[in-house]
Amino acid sequence: MSGSSGQRRSLTNLAISLKQNAALITVIVVFLAFYVFYNLNHPRGFSTAVYIQNANEVFALAMVAMAQTIPVLMGGLDLSVGAIMTLVNCLASHLINGSPAQMALGILLCLLAGTACGFINGCVVVYGRIQPIIATLATGAIFMGLALFLRPSPGGDVDGDLSWVFTNDLYEVAATYGFAQSGEAAWFTPIAWIPVPLILLVLAAVIVWMPFARSITGRTVYAIGSAEGAAYMSGLGIDRAKIAAFTLGGFFAGMGGLYLTLQTSSGNADIPQAGAYTLNSIAAVVIGGTSLLGGVGSAIGSIFGALVLRTISFNFRIFEIDPLLQPLFEGVVLLAAVSLGALAVVRVKNTLELFR
Amino acid sequence: MSDQKTLWNRLSAEDRPILFAALFVVLILAIGTAYTLTTQGTATLLSPTYLLQQLQVGAFLGLVAAGMMLVILLGHIDLSVPWTVAASAMMATTVGGPAAIPVGLSVGLLVGLINGFGVAYLRIPSMIFTLGVNAVVRGLMVAHTGGFAPQTAATPLMQYLAVGKIGGVPVALIVWAVVSVCIVLLLNRTSIGRYLFAIGNKEAAAFLAGVPTRRIIILAFCLCGMLSGLAGTLLAGYSTKAYQGMGDAYLLPAIAAVVIGGTHILGGRGRYLGTLLGVILIVLLNSVLSIMQMPEAGRQVIYGSVIIVMLLVYGRTEKVTQ
Repeated sequence: MSGSSGQRRSLTNLAISLKQNAALITVIVVFLAFYVFYNLNHPRGFSTAVYIQNANEVFALAMVAMAQTIPVLMGGLDLSVGAIMTLVNCLASHLINGSPAQMALGILLCLLAGTACGFINGCVVVYGRIQPIIATLATGAIFMGLALFLRPSPGGDVDGDLSWVFTNDLYEVAATYGFAQSGEAAWFTPIAWIPVPLILLVLAAVIVWMPFARSITGRTVYAIGSAEGAAYMSGLGIDRAKIAAFTLGGFFAGMGGLYLTLQTSSGNADIPQAGAYTLNSIAAVVIGGTSLLGGVGSAIGSIFGALVLRTISFNFRIFEIDPLLQPLFEGVVLLAAVSLGALAVVRVKNTLELFR
Repeated sequence: MSDQKTLWNRLSAEDRPILFAALFVVLILAIGTAYTLTTQGTATLLSPTYLLQQLQVGAFLGLVAAGMMLVILLGHIDLSVPWTVAASAMMATTVGGPAAIPVGLSVGLLVGLINGFGVAYLRIPSMIFTLGVNAVVRGLMVAHTGGFAPQTAATPLMQYLAVGKIGGVPVALIVWAVVSVCIVLLLNRTSIGRYLFAIGNKEAAAFLAGVPTRRIIILAFCLCGMLSGLAGTLLAGYSTKAYQGMGDAYLLPAIAAVVIGGTHILGGRGRYLGTLLGVILIVLLNSVLSIMQMPEAGRQVIYGSVIIVMLLVYGRTEKVTQ
């Protein structure tokens, strides 16, 4: 008797949990469907080489999408994520070389630079009391200018080993730095295929994002997005949470920039590229189920949003769709993806509910 | 001391940005003139020819900003401007002949109609819907042109409107002036203008008061699209042809001009005179920086700093206290 009621309760809990995470589950299913389809049709599908290539192509966008998520959760928007990524990219192209200690210091400085940019955004928004969208538009221009100072023309000197290791699988890491019998050890084989960027992505989500989302500051970010006035009246530290949100966003964008440097072995202060990353990050966030109105969503969803966006391009590649038609298909898919949420409008019975 | 304070207080919240932007324009001219006087010994910046030439270049940004302002007043934004500008220019040159300009305007109108429909009826946030529309229009244009600059040239009429002069005054400037007068009349003398402000302040209240909110939103996006189309058509005339990415340089400066001019980014407040000054400010800032041969890096930094400083003076929002 009590066992069956306990079962029923856990079933209800599962149903509630499924309902709450419907958007996240949908985007994961969509990604898996696209990705399995891609691998089935790829001549070398389900191989390590394909995983590595895909993981490399998705990492920077996934990071920038995570960076974008946090201000969006707060009901704001960060138009400077692409610029922060580019600035760190240009900085890293100067710093990531030399002795291991120098490189470690360089990586640390790059991540610090990204974090500092985010902190500046937060301060301008909180203490300057300027709307996030316009404040980050302005700071984005400043960061882009600094990136251009660092790299007036594309180029850079990046450590080859490090760059090789970060854009490959664990086997190459072991082979390059000579542990686990250069990657040949029996215990190492089952995990040797895992691409390094995939590990970094999981680490960023588990070590950085999850603890943040569960912390008081993280919950405050959600609360601000739902109702800032109510959050203030509840005595939450609004200013601190806002600064923390932008700072963490800067950190993630910096990670993206750092990785882009290792991936391309160079720094490039490319304004259109920075703009494209910013805009794609917004799309990834929306596809990942985060509401642009704030308060609902998660950075995990955004990672999958970025994966979906990139997987669509992968599919274009193997089906040899006319390259001239690719931008059109990408645009239509993007527009369709963001319009899916609009179906809710049909269910609204009271027109006043539309105005939120 | 107290007199100054009362003067500043007497100015309404909408007048302050305009006064400050005007002062900033004068400051830019003063710095630029001081620079040219010391390096070349001439006050190039203050010559009417030079100013008219700058205003002629500014007309394209001015047209885009005028449309953008209507949309921002609603509390929305139009991110599809870059490819609306480019698509209008490309289609206008492709069609050519007497139909070129109507076609350019129609392309803008069509994009605006789609934007408006998505925002007003599907209730998709304009930020993301117009972004998607921009991507689709870009895709259509890449498919149309094959990814290269189209070989077709602008018609003589387009070129005349962009670079021609009537009695020493550039025609583009006259077009901008006519559009400006129309916008001012629309905003201040028609019920549609009042509705724009009402929706920007509180859409639900406007709806309950009987404002046809959906139609007004569509209308604003259509006007914004059409003005972008007009800017694209003229821009093609200015450079005698259309090319990829010709609209990219207009999106962010247009938003910046509107906001520097005191229009609230969340809608409901703003005056067209401010937008006008915002455009002039940005155009003059750009031209003074190029006279000083400032590298792109420095321009970006100064550009961003100016926006922040201006907004710190008068664009600060209320602190949330309830």
